[in-house]
Amino acid sequence: MNTKVLVAPSPHVHSGDTIQKNMYGVVFAMLPALVFSFVYFGMGAIIVTLTAVASCYLFEYTIQKYLLKGEPTINDGSALITGMLLAFNVPANLPIWIIIIGALVAIGIGKMTFGGLGNNVFNPALVGRVFLLISFPVQMTSWPKPLGFSTSYFDAETAATPLALIKEGLKKGEALSSLMPHVPSNMDMFLGNMGGSMGEIAGAALILGLFYMLAKKIISWHIPITILATVAIFSGILHLANPEAYAGPMFQLLSGGLLLGAIFMATDYVTSPMSNKGMIIYGIGIGFLTVIIRAFGAYPEGVSFAILIMNAFVPLINAYIKPKRFGEKRK
Amino acid sequence: MLKTFSIGGIHPAENKLSADSAIQVLPIPQMVSIPIAQHIGAPATPVVKKNDQVKVGQLIAKSSGFVSANIHSSVSGTVFKIDAIVDGTGFRRTAIIIKVDGDEWMEEIDRSEDLLKEITASKEEIIKKIADAGIVGLGGATFPAHVKLSVPPGKTAEVLIINAVECEPYLTSDHRVMLEKGDEVLVGTQILMKALDVKRAIVGIENNKPDAIAHLTKLAANYQGIEICPLKTQYPQGGEKQLIAATIKREVPSGALPIEVGAVVQNVGTSLAVYEAVQKNKPLIERVATITGKSLQNPSNWKFRIGTPVHDLIDAAGGLPEDTGKVIGGGPMMGKALSNLEVPLTKGSSGLLLLPREEAIRKDSKNCIRCGKCVSVCPMGLEPFLLMVLAEKKNYERLEKDAVMDCIECGSCSFTCPANRPLLDYIRLGKGRVGQIMRSRK
Ligand code: SF4
Ligand code: SF4
Repeated sequence: MNTKVLVAPSPHVHSGDTIQKNMYGVVFAMLPALVFSFVYFGMGAIIVTLTAVASCYLFEYTIQKYLLKGEPTINDGSALITGMLLAFNVPANLPIWIIIIGALVAIGIGKMTFGGLGNNVFNPALVGRVFLLISFPVQMTSWPKPLGFSTSYFDAETAATPLALIKEGLKKGEALSSLMPHVPSNMDMFLGNMGGSMGEIAGAALILGLFYMLAKKIISWHIPITILATVAIFSGILHLANPEAYAGPMFQLLSGGLLLGAIFMATDYVTSPMSNKGMIIYGIGIGFLTVIIRAFGAYPEGVSFAILIMNAFVPLINAYIKPKRFGEKRK
Repeated sequence: MLKTFSIGGIHPAENKLSADSAIQVLPIPQMVSIPIAQHIGAPATPVVKKNDQVKVGQLIAKSSGFVSANIHSSVSGTVFKIDAIVDGTGFRRTAIIIKVDGDEWMEEIDRSEDLLKEITASKEEIIKKIADAGIVGLGGATFPAHVKLSVPPGKTAEVLIINAVECEPYLTSDHRVMLEKGDEVLVGTQILMKALDVKRAIVGIENNKPDAIAHLTKLAANYQGIEICPLKTQYPQGGEKQLIAATIKREVPSGALPIEVGAVVQNVGTSLAVYEAVQKNKPLIERVATITGKSLQNPSNWKFRIGTPVHDLIDAAGGLPEDTGKVIGGGPMMGKALSNLEVPLTKGSSGLLLLPREEAIRKDSKNCIRCGKCVSVCPMGLEPFLLMVLAEKKNYERLEKDAVMDCIECGSCSFTCPANRPLLDYIRLGKGRVGQIMRSRK
């Protein structure tokens, strides 16, 4: 035979799926929310996004090249996701230097100390966000009013988030029924017309991204749907028990970072469980903790903490929750 | 909702390029090499020697145990030598090499095309004839057919399942057999039903072959107890356990055989061979294979004599394309890459796939990103990423506990992994080692 043929074990074909395709698929799914944030926050959103993404790339490249001395993995798209998610999770007028610190923590501590993509335990963007929240509580909780391009990057008029409004009000002993008229309507929240972090405000856009990722099989329904269902059910129970102290399920679903967290943060491949059963348990955990923190914790917002806590349980879930084996007796 | 199996599964591109090409007869070569091990089990023992004259259908190697199979000459001529050759598995193994002279058949073989529907043979006669004819599973597993028909004491067969799924991409030989030999297949199915004493047979066909479903459904009206069951196209539905789960919703337990849930599975090609053996006295000396590939001039289906070299089939379809990077015996998911084109086609050869070089080269493997996709596609409910890590670490104890032996080597995990990890390569290594350890414990 004149041509050289290869001999290798089966399978001889591959789906053509790559890490990049999945990562850029996630990025694509984030675009609607990004567009909404540009529309609502104007220049500030653009500056925050560019800064976060550029610094994530820079830190990833530098650490990979000079500290870990490995092949740069910069093209796999994961730094882009971390950068965008970090931007999504901060106010649109956050000073540039704080964003850079956030990126350094996200990539440096959240990802690279564990050995890079695939080995980290916690979602890097959330590590960055929570670090900033603890270190710069004032800057991290003054949200610019969503006024479109008239929103000024500096000294913007600020608006409290719906969750913060309620938490403050309840602390002062006010009843929920007298507070609700002051928070945006469900429709306003769905369309993003509320105070909040850059990428979390527009529920409609985030849900669009979810549909895209499900259709493209980038993620499965198990994590996001379980989180949302758990929050709806659990907050529904609390609401029925005491409607004056606990807001209803619809408000819980649309306010704060829940949709952003359930759709884009909790579904991070590396830091979520491998089996469907595991994903459901993880989702229930996140939903449950979110409601607990929102209802009883010191912070008005609970999704980030809930996800990070459940991230820590993922190795345990993976070790004990196995997929249903073929031929296994159903219990 | 069409039936299918419920755990895992993938949809590789079907590429059934040769589906519309009617079965042609491949010319008899000048020389055939017939391996004595074409089946799972003990190799057969040659009963001819150098310079013996043989006829088509003559026994040339005898089954050497219960799990073994007779081998017959596929040509008439002279035994040239009995020698080791490289076969489709890549190993050197004994083959009977026959120089062809004319085409003289054994007298008892009925070569007419007449359809013989009436089954006169008894249950015992049927099983004996099938064993004598050297019939093995023609789907690729090549397990001796008579073994599966001998139901062990204490177990009962309730249903015969005919595997007409052909879930491997590219392959179309079963598809063509159903279209062109539908009645023969169904008579063969009834023979198998009689051998097993079952009243019910289910023919599972994926719905990417609507013409075969329609054709067999029409014909099946004339046959008692045969149901045609359209299945949703999904790989690896042709796996025995998956097919049973899809058709009768029963799961064969880990380590057990289908008879555990009352089922016996035979391939549709096997059913045709059974018809020919029982009704026509014809041993398994020829079968149908697909020759296919994107760059091949003429992807097509051929009936060939066992022992024909692979290059004859390639030449018949227009010759080896310039860009060929891999020659695969079987389909792209589970087939074996061949090292040379002299390799003989055997009882288990359902097809030959020529992959272009760019498709044949594997991409570099990256870090596992823990996406869980390999877990969700595994039809056995295993965790391929973990099995690979354990195999790398040579942790055989954990491998056994995590059911590495359940792996059916379907390749769905490697196919799917976005990081291009060679999951099955490692799992196979681990499986081999764990198998050894388990056997040594016995
Ligand atoms: S090759 Fe084995 S481990 Fe991989 S998907 Fe198939 S059965 Fe599962
Ligand atoms: S599919 Fe590949 S990358 Fe994803 S978990 Fe499995 S081995 Fe890891």
